[in-house]
Amino acid sequence: MYEIIEKQTLSENVKLMKIHAPLVAAKAKAGQFIILRINEEGERIPLTIADYDRKQGTVTIIFMEVGKTTKLLGKLKKGDSLQNFLGPLGVPSDIENYGTVVCIGGGVGIAPLYPIVRALKKEGNHVISILGARNKDLLLLEEQIEEYSDKLFITTDDGSKGHKGFVSDILQQLIDEGTDIKMVMAIGPVIMMKVVANVTRKYKIKTLVSLNPIMVDGTGMCGGCRVTVGGEVKFACVDGPEFDGHQVDFDNLMLRNKRFLDHEDKACKMAGVQ
Amino acid sequence: MSVQKTKHPMPEQKPKERIKNFLEVPYGYDEKTAIEEAKRCLQCKNHPCTEGCPVEIDIPGFIACVAQGDFEKAAEVIKAKNNLPAVSGRVCPYENQCEGKCTLKKLGEPVAIGRLERFIADYVRNKGEKPPKPSKATGKKVAVVGSGPAGLTCAGDLAKMGHDVTVFEAFHGPGGVLLYGIPEFRLPKEIVKKEVAYIERLGVKIQYDVVVGKTITMQELLKDFDAVFIGTGAGLPRWLGIPGENLDGVYSANEYLTRVNMMKAYKFPEYDTPVKIGDVVATFGAGNVAMDCARTSLRLGAKRSLIIYRRSEQEMPARLEEIHHAKEEGVEFILLTNPVKFFGDEQGHLTGVECIKMELGEPDDSGRRRPIPIEGSNYRIDIKTALVAIGQSPNPLVPQSFPELETQRWGNIKTDEDGRTNIPGVFAGGDIATGAATVILAMGAGKKSARAIDTYLKNKK
Repeated sequence: MYEIIEKQTLSENVKLMKIHAPLVAAKAKAGQFIILRINEEGERIPLTIADYDRKQGTVTIIFMEVGKTTKLLGKLKKGDSLQNFLGPLGVPSDIENYGTVVCIGGGVGIAPLYPIVRALKKEGNHVISILGARNKDLLLLEEQIEEYSDKLFITTDDGSKGHKGFVSDILQQLIDEGTDIKMVMAIGPVIMMKVVANVTRKYKIKTLVSLNPIMVDGTGMCGGCRVTVGGEVKFACVDGPEFDGHQVDFDNLMLRNKRFLDHEDKACKMAGVQ
Repeated sequence: MSVQKTKHPMPEQKPKERIKNFLEVPYGYDEKTAIEEAKRCLQCKNHPCTEGCPVEIDIPGFIACVAQGDFEKAAEVIKAKNNLPAVSGRVCPYENQCEGKCTLKKLGEPVAIGRLERFIADYVRNKGEKPPKPSKATGKKVAVVGSGPAGLTCAGDLAKMGHDVTVFEAFHGPGGVLLYGIPEFRLPKEIVKKEVAYIERLGVKIQYDVVVGKTITMQELLKDFDAVFIGTGAGLPRWLGIPGENLDGVYSANEYLTRVNMMKAYKFPEYDTPVKIGDVVATFGAGNVAMDCARTSLRLGAKRSLIIYRRSEQEMPARLEEIHHAKEEGVEFILLTNPVKFFGDEQGHLTGVECIKMELGEPDDSGRRRPIPIEGSNYRIDIKTALVAIGQSPNPLVPQSFPELETQRWGNIKTDEDGRTNIPGVFAGGDIATGAATVILAMGAGKKSARAIDTYLKNKK
C-alpha cells in the first residue's frame, strides 16, 4: 500500500498528491510515468511524474478528474492509501545542454513539464516556458516553473490571463522574432501537441512530445498504448512516452484514446461520480 | 485381467451452458473414478512416462498411491518435484509428454496422468494441506525476477533447499501468464492464488509493483543477493504488420486476455477495466492463446467467433483438447486463409478484414508445410473485433537495462542447459530464454536452474 502524504486542490477538478513510494522516488527522472491502481477492482492508469523527493521517498502526481479512476482518486484524503503504485516507467527525457529551449505545457500537461523545465535549466539551457490553459483558474505550477525559466509566457483561451489565444501563437512569435530555438518540448492535449509540431516542422526545430495513450500493464506487454511514429508501431510505455513530434500520427492517437468512452460513462454512472 | 482400453472420461460443463459463463469447463474426477483410473496403470518396469515429464515427477509412484486410495501420500510424491500441480494438471500438453510415452498407448489410450495429477492437487488443496517442512537455512539470498511458472518453480525449489528467496513481480498479483494469459475457464485464478500461497509457505517472499530494470536494477539485485534468476517470459506481442492494425477494435491477444483475465473485464462494471467486443470477432493464429481468445469472445457475447489461420488444421499448434473444446463451443475455423489488410469506418472503428486464400507448399524450417498465397483469391470478411494471436517475443525490459547480459537474435537471453547466462550468478529460464513455449517447459527450466543455482551457491565462497 502506498500512502497519500499530502493532497492539494489546484483547481476545481485538478488535484495534487504526494504518494509515499520510496522505490519509485529513488529512481524517478523527468519525463517518466507511474501506473497506479486505487483498489482491488480498480483499473491501472498511467500518470506522468510531476515531481519526486528522494529523501522523503515521495512521488508527486497531478491529475485532472476525467474518468472513474481519477474521480475516485480525487475523493481520497491525506492518510488514505493506494493499492498499487508502479514505476518509474518509460524512458526519461533526454536532458542535455541544447542552448535555447522552449517548454510548452497545456492544461494538466503543465504538471509533467515541471521536472523537465527544472532539469533543462540545471543543465544550463536558456529556458523559455509557455503555459496555456482554458482560463486562469486552470493554470498550474506557474511560480514553480517561473523559478526555473528565463522567460515565462502565459496564454488563456478566454484571455483571463496573459495572451488571449494559444500557446502556438507565442511559439510562432518567438520564431518570427528570430529566437534561436534548438529544441521544443510540448506536453498537453493531443491537439495542442499536434499544432505545436506543425508550427516547428516548417523550421525543422527538434520537437519532443509526451504521449498519453490508454495503457494496461505499462511494461511493453499488451500493446494497448501503441502509437504510430514515423510509420512504425511504437509502444508509448517502453519506447516513450516522449517521441519526435514531427513523426507522430496524432490523429490515430486521438482516435485510440476514445476507445472506451462509452464504458467510462457507464462506469462513472455506476460509481455515482458524474 | 484385462485393462480398460480407454481413459475414464472427466465430466465437464455442456458447451451450450459453458459459453455463457467463465467457470471452469471440466469438473475433475471424483475419488472413485480416480482410483479406477489409477488402477489402469501397469506399473511397468521402465516407466517411460517419467522421461516425458519436464519436472521429473515420479509418475508411477504417485499413481500407485492413488490406486491404493492414499491421496495424501500421492500429493507428497508429486509435490516433492512439482510446486504447482493444480496448474500443470490443467494446462500441460500431456499428450506430448507423460501420456504420449505411456506403455498403455500400445493397447489403447494412455493412463489419464494429467487428470490424476489434477485430482490429487485439488483433493489436498480442498482438504487443507499439511504445511511443508521448513528447510535448514543456508543463509544465501536469491532474487527471482518474475512470478510466472518458471520463477515460481525456481523459487519454490530454492526455498526447499533452504535458500532465502525473494520474487520481484511487476504486476499487482502473482502468476505471470497464469494470471494474465490463461482464462478463468481453463485455470481458475483462485487456484493459482492457492498454489502461490503454498510456495509462500515454503518461505518464498513476493514483492509486487517492482519492474526490474526500472524500479530496481539488475546491478542492485546482484549486490543484495547471492544469485539472480530471470524468468520474465515472452511478454512482447507480435503484430501482423498489415494496414489498419491500429484501428479501434484490433487488440493484441495479450491486451485482450490481460483485460479479461488479470483485470477481470468480464465482470465490468463491478471491476473498472473495460473490454469492448463486436458481434463478429476474428482471432488470427491457431495456438493455445488463439483458442483462449476465440473461446473468451464467445463468453463475452460474440455472435460469431472465427479463427483465421494461414495453414491447415494439421499444422495448428494448439493442444488437441483446446481445439476440441473450441469446436464444441461453436468457434468457426477459417483455414488456409491469411489477412491482408483491415478496413475501418470514418471514425476509425474496425469494420472488416481482407483475406487471401492459401495453399500448402514444401515444408519450411519448422517442418510444417509452408503456406503460399493463391493470387486473386482475396475476399472480405466483415468483423468488428480482431485479436492478433500469432505469438509473443521475449520481454526486452531486463535485457535492455542490463546490456552485459548476452542475448540471441530475437532478444532471448542466452543460457546453457541449466539456465546459466554469461554472467556468473545470473540464471534465466522459461520463455525469456527459449522463446514462447509452454507452462510446463518453463517450470522444468525453473527447476533445472534452481539446482544449478544451488550448486553455484555451494561453490561460491
